[in-house]
Amino acid sequence: MSNVLVFFDELGEALSSAQKELIAQAGALGEVHIAVGAYTGDPTPALAIDGVQEVYLPEESLPAPEVAVVDLLETSVTESRAVVVLGSATADVTDALARLAVRLDTGLICGAAGISADLVVTKGELAGSYTTTSQLISATAPAAPLVVTFKPNNIDPQRVQTLVTRGEQPEVNVLPVRPSVGGVEILERTAMEVSARPPLTEARIVVAGGRGTDGDFTPLEELADELGAGLGASRAATDAGWIEHAAQVGQTGVTVSPQLYISAGISGAVHQRAGMQTAGTIVAINKDEDAQVFEIADFGVVGDLHEVIPQMIEELRRRKR
Amino acid sequence: MVNAPLHIITLVKWVPDAQLERRYNAEGRIDRSEGVLSELDEYPLEAALHIKEAAQDREVRVTALTMGPAGASTAAKKALQIGADDAYQLTDDALIGADIWATSVALKAAVETATGAAEFESGEPEYLVLTGMASEEGESGAVPAQLAERLGAHVVTYATALDLEAERLVVTRSGGTESQKVAVTMPAVVSVTDQANDPRYPNFKAIMAAKKKPLTRWTLADIDLRPEQVGAMVRVLRTDARPPRTAGEIITDEGDAGVKIVEFLVKERLL
Ligand SMILES: Cc1cc2nc3c(=O)[nH]c(=O)nc-3n(C[C@H](O)[C@H](O)[C@H](O)COP(=O)(O)OP(=O)(O)OC[C@H]3O[C@@H](n4cnc5c(N)ncnc54)[C@H](O)[C@@H]3O)c2cc1C
Repeated sequence: MSNVLVFFDELGEALSSAQKELIAQAGALGEVHIAVGAYTGDPTPALAIDGVQEVYLPEESLPAPEVAVVDLLETSVTESRAVVVLGSATADVTDALARLAVRLDTGLICGAAGISADLVVTKGELAGSYTTTSQLISATAPAAPLVVTFKPNNIDPQRVQTLVTRGEQPEVNVLPVRPSVGGVEILERTAMEVSARPPLTEARIVVAGGRGTDGDFTPLEELADELGAGLGASRAATDAGWIEHAAQVGQTGVTVSPQLYISAGISGAVHQRAGMQTAGTIVAINKDEDAQVFEIADFGVVGDLHEVIPQMIEELRRRKR
Repeated sequence: MVNAPLHIITLVKWVPDAQLERRYNAEGRIDRSEGVLSELDEYPLEAALHIKEAAQDREVRVTALTMGPAGASTAAKKALQIGADDAYQLTDDALIGADIWATSVALKAAVETATGAAEFESGEPEYLVLTGMASEEGESGAVPAQLAERLGAHVVTYATALDLEAERLVVTRSGGTESQKVAVTMPAVVSVTDQANDPRYPNFKAIMAAKKKPLTRWTLADIDLRPEQVGAMVRVLRTDARPPRTAGEIITDEGDAGVKIVEFLVKERLL
């Protein structure tokens, strides 16, 4: 079994489901070591997980875009003798791991879906229209570790639950790394609103609205709550300020791969499709029978969302009774 | 003191048109026989032009830099039409199949050669590299950080607003769970999102003016790199096309479509 280093750019009191999934990916490869960039208090209780051996922390918390995390990672790789480094495919983690790969003179694969024991990586490409399989070209042995970032939601959450179980507290190593001076200075930080609904990338069902909502997302919110779904939107809707930018699904928003995607009042432009076309099932509601979204919908309704959605909600409630 | 001149290098990529079918070829590489200037690279270009136009008391040059096959010259030319002052195109057979690692090695040398070649009237320039938030076909968004690491420059990714001040650039960005306002000093690499601005279209006058602007073509030798220095680190073993999505059942609402959707969901066991 090989050693794996998992990087969390920040760690709260509990692991997020994406972080649990990463541990599950790592656990299948070997002994798990974890490096944490930013933290408050003692992050170790959250990391008391079966299979997690060691945790590496900086002397002081290193919130992104702090570059000193790369020093932390470099040292953690040496200490853990990891053959592979894993992180989430988010902006801040990608920045840190991309720099790490330069320092280690090794290859980087971004946005992976899976990794096998012999470090062969699969990932979706060209907006999910292809799956590629790739690996490190290692001319010399021992090769530098492979660095990989993962998209969330590739392992069934229930499977993650069975794979990631409580264990003993890992050994903690505080490494001599402190925040860097100069360069990039954070002037202001604003936490993004966290909605009570399931996060988009993790939701099994996503209800998304576009310009066709005419600015009123209430029926979509109600439908999302009825279904326990995440709430998404097209860029037209986020640009108009009807809903926060974080809800944007698409090429320059989030990519979602839920079991069910309900698209309402969205034309289905290529940029939007890029973010949702790997959904298991697509249901579309659009007034225009020629809307592009109907080309990929498993079930399409040519109709007014303001009539169809309230009726859907009513029918869902009726069946629950 | 007069502000030092600023040399903005904007990376522009020639990519397969996302509106058309994009595919891998038999060698496991994206088919690059046709392409367009990546839409995502219009935002950094616009940001560069904004900075130049706003800098009254400062000499600013906007250089477009592209790396890609012969056809990529159209991306460089489009950048000149949109408003770049000059452009460079790096083309070399050794760069075919370049991964993130190899791309950043080549771009580092190209940025250094471009900044080294530029002459400014008002003194020694500082430089700033602007890039799109990600490439349209690779979608990794990892090149900005790798390039910065190699250049020894600072990096700020996913900028939604940029404001040049006397000795620093103030950038608003969206990180993972928060929005940040950060100040960065030059040299810096900043990736710019589609939230940052509305890119302009070149008008007839700009298209004519672009014909007179310099477009320099480089091979690896011109930027002092040998082919073995740009070998990829990652090899693609296979590519599998997903079956394309096809349209399913489409109905027209006759007053019962909401019920019909729920019935469909029940039938598909999605509830
Ligand atoms: C670089 C770039 C990146 C982009 N990234 C993204 C992205 O990440 N995500 C994204 O979504 N877009 C993105 N876009 C924008 C994208 O191209 C489309 O403009 C956008 O998706 C359109 O949103 P929409 O479908 O809601 O609006 P529209 O195109 O205006 O369509 C509205 C639809 O609603 C229907 N409609 C209207 N009223 C009703 C009603 N009462 N009931 C039912 N249907 C109704 C209409 O028939 C129409 O089809 C990007 C664009 C660019 C250039």
